[in-house]
Amino acid sequence: MEIKKGIGVSPGVVISTAVVLDAEDLLIPERHVPAGRTTDEVTRFHQAVESAITEIAALRDDVIAKAGKEIAAIFDVHVGILKDKSLIKQVEAEITRQQTTAEFAVSVVMRRYSQAFLKMSDRYLSERVKDLHDIERRLLHNLIGQKHYDLAHLNRDVVIIAHDLLPSQTAALDRTHVKGFATDAGGRTSHTAIVARAMGIPAVVGLGDITREVNSGDTIIIDGHHGVLIINPDEEQLAEHRESEKRRVVMEGQLATLLHMPGRTLDGHEVALMANIEVPEGIDEAIDRGAQGVGLYRTEFLYLTRESGEPSEEDHYAAYAESLRRLKGKPLVIRTLDLGADKYTQSRQASPERNPFLGDRSIRMCLHDIPMFKRQLRAIMRASTQGDVRIMFPMISTLMELRQAKMVLYDVMEDLEDEGIEFRRDIPIGIMIEVPSAALMADSFAKEVNFFSIGTNDLIQYTLAVDRTNEKVAGLFCPAHPAVLKLVRDVIRIGQRNNISVSVCGEMAGEPLYTLLLMGLGLTLFSMNGPDIPEVKKIIRSTTLEHAKQVARRVMSFDSERQVMHFLREETRKIVPEAF
Amino acid sequence: MTASKEVVISNTHGLHTRPVMKFVDMASQFTSEIKVHKGGAEPADADGKSVMQMIILAAEAGTPLRIDAEGEDAAEAVKQLAQLVESKFDED
Repeated sequence: MEIKKGIGVSPGVVISTAVVLDAEDLLIPERHVPAGRTTDEVTRFHQAVESAITEIAALRDDVIAKAGKEIAAIFDVHVGILKDKSLIKQVEAEITRQQTTAEFAVSVVMRRYSQAFLKMSDRYLSERVKDLHDIERRLLHNLIGQKHYDLAHLNRDVVIIAHDLLPSQTAALDRTHVKGFATDAGGRTSHTAIVARAMGIPAVVGLGDITREVNSGDTIIIDGHHGVLIINPDEEQLAEHRESEKRRVVMEGQLATLLHMPGRTLDGHEVALMANIEVPEGIDEAIDRGAQGVGLYRTEFLYLTRESGEPSEEDHYAAYAESLRRLKGKPLVIRTLDLGADKYTQSRQASPERNPFLGDRSIRMCLHDIPMFKRQLRAIMRASTQGDVRIMFPMISTLMELRQAKMVLYDVMEDLEDEGIEFRRDIPIGIMIEVPSAALMADSFAKEVNFFSIGTNDLIQYTLAVDRTNEKVAGLFCPAHPAVLKLVRDVIRIGQRNNISVSVCGEMAGEPLYTLLLMGLGLTLFSMNGPDIPEVKKIIRSTTLEHAKQVARRVMSFDSERQVMHFLREETRKIVPEAF
Repeated sequence: MTASKEVVISNTHGLHTRPVMKFVDMASQFTSEIKVHKGGAEPADADGKSVMQMIILAAEAGTPLRIDAEGEDAAEAVKQLAQLVESKFDED
């Protein structure tokens, strides 16, 4: 039993069997063949060995010519191993007795030998395990040929352990059988994290060397809430996690009954619940959880999930059109590119910015690269006739930025008109309120946009001057800080006065602790990660607007975040005792 | 027919891959079954014709080995293999 700490990027807990993707990305699934076909598999194995020996002989001659006999001697060892009768017999026996494919038998037997090699105290000998891997890869390549076994062919529930999942791997993923991810690399914005959230399965990333420490077939617990992974848990832990899994299932069962009920308070006030998504595939999961639409489509993942290059206008368009198809008329708020201050952009920069979060990010970056910005806007406008599309500019800090962004958008509209391409001219335009200057100037902005969406994560970061990814100060990051709450309250009020819609799309919206408060401040539109919807809905349906208003009034009289959180916890427990 | 002889690994690096290859190559020329028993602190057995098993024996310098052969050419096999080990595999 071993416990590993990483970064939890998608909540939930799962207990399942590990499948480790090695560096070669070859996954050899346990596949069985009918008893009558095992001789065919044995023949395939012999053929693979024969060709491997021929290949190595050729390689050897080549290396002798270039590097001399000493270096080439290693290939004699490879040939020696491939001719090893005990190895051959073991693979044959594995195929015949277990009725498996030749490739699975090879991987089982080679793994057995690898483990024996690794146990040897002699460093030189135990390093020969690399030769075994070489031979195994060669055999598997010969057996599999061009036909790559991928994650599309799983036949039981598994969790995937990988260095970092590639978009090409996740594209083909068998989503019914993959129950969790754990990777060596990655952060909150890694491809693995995005896919896991879209699929609604737990994921822990940034585990360092997990692909080495876990073997395929190990039992694994992935706890996405706490960023913990347990390898071969003991009985006690299994029992504990099964118990909490059971409680979660019961809780989910209760919440599921709310699925098709409206987010309506006991005194009949409606609250709309929308989802934040990162990829179009996330929509189905969100709707399953009761989302009434998408309140935030984070389009930067079109960039982050690519293996190379920038997305074209067509790539953008395809993603938006696909999203609208899945939404079937429900609204889609597309946030324009919100990159910058992340690994993706910083690694592409000639010189790293000294203070990226105060630097060339988000709308600023777009306004510095108009052709790129226009590609996205054109795609959004082209898709605008296919559903309820709304456009939202992030990180606006001055009116000038908003006006410039709108000008670029009008430019795009003109171009489309000239080209005779249809679009929706009165597409709703909104901004994210996530910089204190925008919150304080909300009155002016309200006259120039159709909606506001409060991005609490950045608003908190910029108001409290706290980088929550910095462990030393992360404790200061708190949505309950009275300064943050004042800004949120004022923006909601100003929106109401100007008759434009206001939503909260930051993490605060999905935290049950703040549901009463936000409702009481007058919020009628929440946008959050799909899995958070049922719980928030439960709170909404368990209270009255009158009560929420009382709670909000009380909260706004406090001057410390501790008081706020304590009071909110008490009040929420009163109406939904199982909430925390 | 059976034959058996005790030897001690005396080349500096012990039964590393190259000595193993030489041993297995030679052992494979005989029709007899050849077993190698490793004595010392961690006793183990290996098929003298298997590269993998011989590597896993991990016999360092100073390790006592017993070479057992069974078959028509057992005596000759044991004699030649013991010589190979004693000649330090022509390595040192």
